[in-house]
Amino acid sequence: MTAQTDTMHSMENHAEACFQYNFAYLDEQTKRMVRRALLKAVAVPGYQVPFGSREMPMPYGWGTGGIQISAAIMGQDDVLKVIDQGSDDTTNAVSIRSFFRKVAGVATTTHTSEATIIQTRHRIPEEALQEGQVMVYQVPIPEPLRWLEPSETETRTMHALEEYGIMHVKLYEDIARHGEIATSYDYPVLVGGRYVMSPSPLPKFDNPKMDNCPALQLFGAGREKRVYAIPPYTTVKSLDFEDHPFAVQTWLRPCALCGSTESYLDEVIVDDAGARLYVCSDSDYCAARQAQGHVGDGMPVAAPQGTGKEA
Amino acid sequence: MSTVSSQYPTTMEPMNTSTEQPLLQVENVAHYYGSRVGCAKVSFSLWPGEVLAIVGESGSGKSTLLNIISGRLALSEGSITYRDAAGQPYDIANLPEGAKRRLLRTEWGFVHQHPRDGLRMAVSAGGNIGERLMACGERHYGTIRNAGKEWLHRVEIPENRLDDTPASYSGGMQQRLQIARNLVSSPRLVFMDEPTGGLDVSVQAKLLDLLRHLVRNLGLAVVLVTHDLAVARLLADRMLVMHQGAVVEAGLADQVLDDPHHPYTQLLVSSILQG
Ligand SMILES: Nc1ncnc2c1ncn2[C@@H]1O[C@H](COP(=O)(O)OP(=O)(O)OP(=O)(O)O)[C@@H](O)[C@H]1O
Ligand SMILES: [Mg+2]
Ligand SMILES: [Zn+2]
Repeated sequence: MTAQTDTMHSMENHAEACFQYNFAYLDEQTKRMVRRALLKAVAVPGYQVPFGSREMPMPYGWGTGGIQISAAIMGQDDVLKVIDQGSDDTTNAVSIRSFFRKVAGVATTTHTSEATIIQTRHRIPEEALQEGQVMVYQVPIPEPLRWLEPSETETRTMHALEEYGIMHVKLYEDIARHGEIATSYDYPVLVGGRYVMSPSPLPKFDNPKMDNCPALQLFGAGREKRVYAIPPYTTVKSLDFEDHPFAVQTWLRPCALCGSTESYLDEVIVDDAGARLYVCSDSDYCAARQAQGHVGDGMPVAAPQGTGKEA
Repeated sequence: MSTVSSQYPTTMEPMNTSTEQPLLQVENVAHYYGSRVGCAKVSFSLWPGEVLAIVGESGSGKSTLLNIISGRLALSEGSITYRDAAGQPYDIANLPEGAKRRLLRTEWGFVHQHPRDGLRMAVSAGGNIGERLMACGERHYGTIRNAGKEWLHRVEIPENRLDDTPASYSGGMQQRLQIARNLVSSPRLVFMDEPTGGLDVSVQAKLLDLLRHLVRNLGLAVVLVTHDLAVARLLADRMLVMHQGAVVEAGLADQVLDDPHHPYTQLLVSSILQG
C-alpha cells in the first residue's frame, strides 16, 4: 500500500514538475496514434490491434493500457468515473481520477449515469450503460489463446483462421475436473460472431452486460501493447457447451446493506470468527439504493464449517 | 547415386484397376535445405485404404519426404495432389494455410515419433481426443466425452484414465493416445513418422498389432516412415526404398523384401537378416 501511494505521489509530482505537459498528459502525436489503433479496433470488433504503448508515470499493474485510452479519447467536457474492484474509493481509483483532474482538468464523478468515460479494472457497473458512454477496460492479458500457445505468430494465425476449438478444450477440462465450468473470471467470449476475446478480469457475472450494450467498450493492455473494442450493440456470446450452458454467479442472499438481489456481491469478513457480510461490489449502486430507502438485513453469515477461527 | 537406372522399378504401377482415383498423387517432388538435397525426384500414387512404407537408413530423406507430402514443409519442385472424399482435388503446394490446416485436422492425421510432439501434455486424455471434434464444431460435452471413452477403449487404455493427463501415461500408452487423438475425426489419410521408434521392443509389438488392426478395420490410407523393415513388412502393402534423398526401389512390400533388385535394397535386407 505504501509503495502504491508513493507511486501516485511521484506521478503527481512528475505532472506538476513538467508544467507544460500536454492536455491529458500524452502528447498529441501519441494520442493520434492511440486513436488510430482504436478506430481500427472498433472497425474489427474483438480483434487485437497492436499499438505503440507509451511509458506512463506509473507501473503497468496500474492499468496503463486503460489510462492511455482514456487520455487519447478524453475531451474538456468529459466526465470521468474510475472503478477498481467495483469501488470508486480504492487508492487506484482515487489516484487515477485525481491524475486526470490534474492533467486534463476534467470533471470526475462516482455516479455511473453522470459519467461519459468509465475506466474500470474488474467490474461493469450494475446500472445499465447508455448510448454515448464509453467503457475503458484495463487489461493485463489480452490474448485468450495464450494459456495454450506461447507463440504470438501462432495465436495470430489461429485468430485469422478462426481456429477456436482449443477454447472449448479449456472449458472441457474445467468440466472434466470440476463437474462444471469453473472459470469465473476472464470468461472467454465470441464478439460479433467472429473473434474470441478475453474480457479481462471481469467476473462472468458481467459478461451478459457486454452483449448488445449501448455504450462503446474499449480495452487496453499497456504491457502487451494491444487495444481492442466492442462497438455499441454488438453481440457478445460467452462460450459454452449445449449440455453445460453458460450461467452467471448467483448468491443465496441479498446485499446486506441495500437488499439488492440483482447485483454482484463481495464477501467481507467482519469478525475474528470468520463471519461474512455479503455486500454489493458496486459501491455507487449500493449507496444509491440505500439513499432511495432500500435496506438490507445487515446480518453477517457464520463462517462455513471447517474455516474461520473456531479453534 | 544421383540417378536411378531404369533396370529397377521405381515408379509405382497403380494396383487399382477400378475407376477410383488415387488419394494422393506425388509427382517429381524435391526439397532442398539450401544446397543440400533433402529428397528429390520422388513420384508415387497412394490409393484409398493403402499402406505405403518409406524405408531407408538415417538421413536418406524419409522425414523430409513425409513432411512435404503432408504440407508441413515447402516443396522446392514438383506437385502433390490430394483428392478428398468427394473427389475434389487439392494442390497441396499451393493450398492456402487455412485449408491446409483444416485438412490436417479433419481428413488427415499425423502421428509423430515422439508422443510429446503430437499430444497436449497438460490436457487430459479426454481433452486430447476431443480436440479435433471441438475444432470441427462439436459443442456437446457428453458426446465429446463418450467419443473419448470409446477411443480409449479402441486403443486399449482403461476408461478410468480418461481424465488423467498423458504425463502420467507410459510411453506406449502415450503413443496409443496420440493415435486415438488422430483417428477420432475419421481421417482418410494418416502420416506416421517412426510411430514405434521410441518404444522398447515388447511395447512395439503390441502397438504394431493395434495399428494393423485399426488400419484394416477403418480402411485407412497410411504413409508410414520407418527404418525398420520388419515394421514395413507387417503393415505395408507397398514400399519405397530411399537412399541419399532418392527413391532407389519401389514395389509391393513382400516382393521388395523377398526379392530386392537394387544393390542398396539388397544390402538393407541382408543387414536386417544378419541382425
Ligand atoms: N532442417 C534441416 N536443415 C538442413 N538439412 C536437413 C534438415 N533436415 C534434414 N536435413 C538433411 O536432409 C537429409 C534428409 O534428412 P531426413 O531428416 O529427411 O532423413 P531421415 O531419413 O528422416 O533420417 P532419420 O532416419 O535419421 O530420421 C539429411 O542429409 C539431413 O542431414
Ligand atoms: Mg526422420
Ligand atoms: Zn448493495
